[in-house]
Amino acid sequence: MARINRPVSRRQSWWLLATALAAFLPLTQQLPLWLSLAAGAAFAWRGLLTWRQWRLPPRWLLIILVVAGTAGVFYQYRSLVGRTPGVALLAVFLALKLLELRAARDAVATVLLCYFLVLAQFLFTQTIPTALLAALTVIVTTATLIAANDDRPSPVQQLRRAGLMLAQALPFMLLLFVLFPRVQGPLWGIPQDRFSAVSGLSDSMSPGSIAQLSQSDAIAFRVRFKGDVPAQSQLYWRGPVMPAFDGRSWRVTQTLGAYPQIPYEEKGAPVDYELTLEPHGKFWLFALELPGNLPPESALTSDFQPISRQPVRARMRYDQRAWPDAHAGLRESPRILRDALALPGSGNPRARALAESWRSKHGSDTAAILATAEQFFLSQLLLYTLNPPLLGPDVVDEFLFDTKRGFCEHFASSFVFALRAAGVPARVVAGYQGGEVNPVDGYLVVRQYDAHAWTEAWIEGRGWVRIDPTAISAPRRISSNFTAAVPAGEPLPFLARGDLAWLKELRHRFDAVTNGWNQWVLGYTPQRQKDFLQSLGLGEPDWRSMTAALAALCGIVLLGLTAWILRHRARTDPALAAWKRFTARLAKRGPAWQPWEGPQAYAARAAAALPERAEAIQRITDTYIRLRYGAGPAPGELQRLKTLIAAFRP
Amino acid sequence: MRSPELDAILADINRIILGKDRPIRLALACLLARGHLLIEDLPGVGKTTLAHVLARVLGLEFQRIQFTSDMLPADIIGVSIFDRDTGAFHFHPGPVFTQVVLADEINRATPKAQSALLEAMEERQVTAEGKTRPLPEPFFVIATQNPTYQIGTFPLPESQLDRFLLKIELGYPDPAAERELLAGADRRQMVADLLPRINPQQLLALQQMARAVHAAPALIDYVQAIAVHTRASPQWHSGLSPRAALALLAVARAWALLDGRDHVLPEDVQAVLPGVIAHRLRPVDEGTKVGAGDTANRLIEAVPLP
Repeated sequence: MARINRPVSRRQSWWLLATALAAFLPLTQQLPLWLSLAAGAAFAWRGLLTWRQWRLPPRWLLIILVVAGTAGVFYQYRSLVGRTPGVALLAVFLALKLLELRAARDAVATVLLCYFLVLAQFLFTQTIPTALLAALTVIVTTATLIAANDDRPSPVQQLRRAGLMLAQALPFMLLLFVLFPRVQGPLWGIPQDRFSAVSGLSDSMSPGSIAQLSQSDAIAFRVRFKGDVPAQSQLYWRGPVMPAFDGRSWRVTQTLGAYPQIPYEEKGAPVDYELTLEPHGKFWLFALELPGNLPPESALTSDFQPISRQPVRARMRYDQRAWPDAHAGLRESPRILRDALALPGSGNPRARALAESWRSKHGSDTAAILATAEQFFLSQLLLYTLNPPLLGPDVVDEFLFDTKRGFCEHFASSFVFALRAAGVPARVVAGYQGGEVNPVDGYLVVRQYDAHAWTEAWIEGRGWVRIDPTAISAPRRISSNFTAAVPAGEPLPFLARGDLAWLKELRHRFDAVTNGWNQWVLGYTPQRQKDFLQSLGLGEPDWRSMTAALAALCGIVLLGLTAWILRHRARTDPALAAWKRFTARLAKRGPAWQPWEGPQAYAARAAAALPERAEAIQRITDTYIRLRYGAGPAPGELQRLKTLIAAFRP
Repeated sequence: MRSPELDAILADINRIILGKDRPIRLALACLLARGHLLIEDLPGVGKTTLAHVLARVLGLEFQRIQFTSDMLPADIIGVSIFDRDTGAFHFHPGPVFTQVVLADEINRATPKAQSALLEAMEERQVTAEGKTRPLPEPFFVIATQNPTYQIGTFPLPESQLDRFLLKIELGYPDPAAERELLAGADRRQMVADLLPRINPQQLLALQQMARAVHAAPALIDYVQAIAVHTRASPQWHSGLSPRAALALLAVARAWALLDGRDHVLPEDVQAVLPGVIAHRLRPVDEGTKVGAGDTANRLIEAVPLP
């Protein structure tokens, strides 16, 4: 086609350069530096070519550059397939395509490459800013596509037209998003090239490890309760359980899949909620104590913690039920109880001596020993602080008898140590405690600074009993949150601070928006789609009924848009319609009517081409002119025009 | 509807100025639309003769003002001189107090002198020494200007150019017309021998008729579409003003009247478009030398008839 071979104008190449830049720049942080610099050089070269109107580089040079770029990408990644190498390769092609803008088809190819690179941004991040940036880039790219066909209108007009076209496409986009059958798995389910470190609980706990987390206000997970939010002191989000102690740090010893189903009796009132877990790279899934069901693709460990079969590397959402009053481990295996009594051979002599005195006093009455231990912790006036002093080799002794200042891990660690030394099976439980309800959307947000450690002791006949030694010494840590419990003047993460209320409010709103995006856009899974369609009354939708609904709704939207356009289009003058029929008929033999041509000028041209029809042409034209431009045409004139035109044979 | 006087007038002028039917028609249309005319051309192509013939054949008074760089407003408007006999100041009207003014080489004068004339054109009255004096009716200014690339010119600012309804060029005559001119009688004498075809009252009536020519809604849509297109197009610095659109419609009406019609056609608009836009649309890339005719053709082809 001739249009496809039309040369690219200067204005068009400026458009293409701007679009390529807009599509490429957001990707620079994902691409190696040499590639960004090389692409930048190609863009600059393109700019010079356009500005100075130089000749395009020869084809052989471009071929060399393509080979060099491809080799560079291969050298960098040792592959040409996969997410980043693929995008890098496309970036190379885009930069070089700009150097061979010969004809309109090159311009169109460049535009399509740009569209694809915009899409590629989503392979790396899927946040709201990314989406907004991509939407803007798509508008610019569409404007460029329009300019590639007609570069006369000003940039503002092109952008406006592109925006209008995309706005008209918006209802279809929404319909397709909502109704198009979803595939299982995350939408961006391309394997991550590398997994970046994220903060969160680790599988071991030593003095100071949780205190570190208290400085982070990153979100751990969000919870939506189906009913009322339970009391703050009930919100123990069970994480890794740590029974193994080496004298300084506690570790998990998980035996996967120990229980195929929930091994304790349901008791009391359940709490139902939906939890959206941020990726943390570990296996454990957090759940309110005690978890009443298992999230999909997970199992319960022998210490009652749900654990995923895959590391949590993408945001996941699961429905959960908790039994806060249930008793776990009424009939616990001897091996687990033995593990829950194990202590290193030496160390912390003062704590051991104290525990020995409890044991000699109460014998095997574990409940009484537990009560004594709690009493002892209360009497020691331990201070809860974010900045505990550094401890020597005997961490428990030094904390309990010398420094008396510690964070939750000191309390939990010392309490379990003392119980074990006194012969009571006990273990450390890590997780999160509390959370903050976002007043904007009602979600409970649990952040890293809510990380906590508490303990469980096994009492004959009662099973595992939760004791939070931190709550004994600093009850406000549990009843409100940890900022209330630490002494004034200690450094707190920004969001945990009580002042700066308006900033907090702003952050709440922003967080609610982000959460809505996560829940409804990124987290629009097949299950959520099914739920949503069922709530619309679509019954049990399969892909057939969904496709039918999609087609029907798209048709309705299309009809609506058409009706809107028709209503806004001026009604055509019947005289003009008749004139157009006449000119179309005349054009079969005579000259074609130009849309800007006056009727008299056209009649003269047509009469010159068809002298034998000159009279009829002139009569029709005169009638038409009287009708359309004359002052007060005679009645019946329109009918006469129609009759004349009907009788006209060119 | 066809007015025999107008045909006779056109024939008279065409007899003296040869081969310039179109510019002559435009000049007459401009006069009928009660506007002022700007002619840009080289010296010696018949600008003065055209002005003179128009005045003669329409039975109007004629004055010529030669603009120079040392000219003062008083040289145009007139001046009060002390009369010793009556012991009072007496106003001596300047050359502007006439029905047809030929303002020759208007861009040779300083802006101050130019603006004296341009104010008179706009207000159709002159204020001198605190007293306002009306100008005669009809009042028609034909200004000529040298191409601005010549030395010693003060280009008219855009706002003042807008006061001229039309800007036309005469150009050299074609060979046949030029030969006839060379072989024919003395033009000066022919002008002197010319008899008026109408009187000023009849001219005013013709102007009234021109204003009454019917412009259908479709035609007004077309004029509007042209104006809108020039405003949206990146080709020009700024588009046509509403005053320019009014001018376009007024001249198109007069053109239709000259053609003997009681309604305006798109062809009329297209015919007068070059004269209307020539001094109003400034192209963005001024380096490329495109005539007003080409620009107008491109504009016409870009705007479909509504």
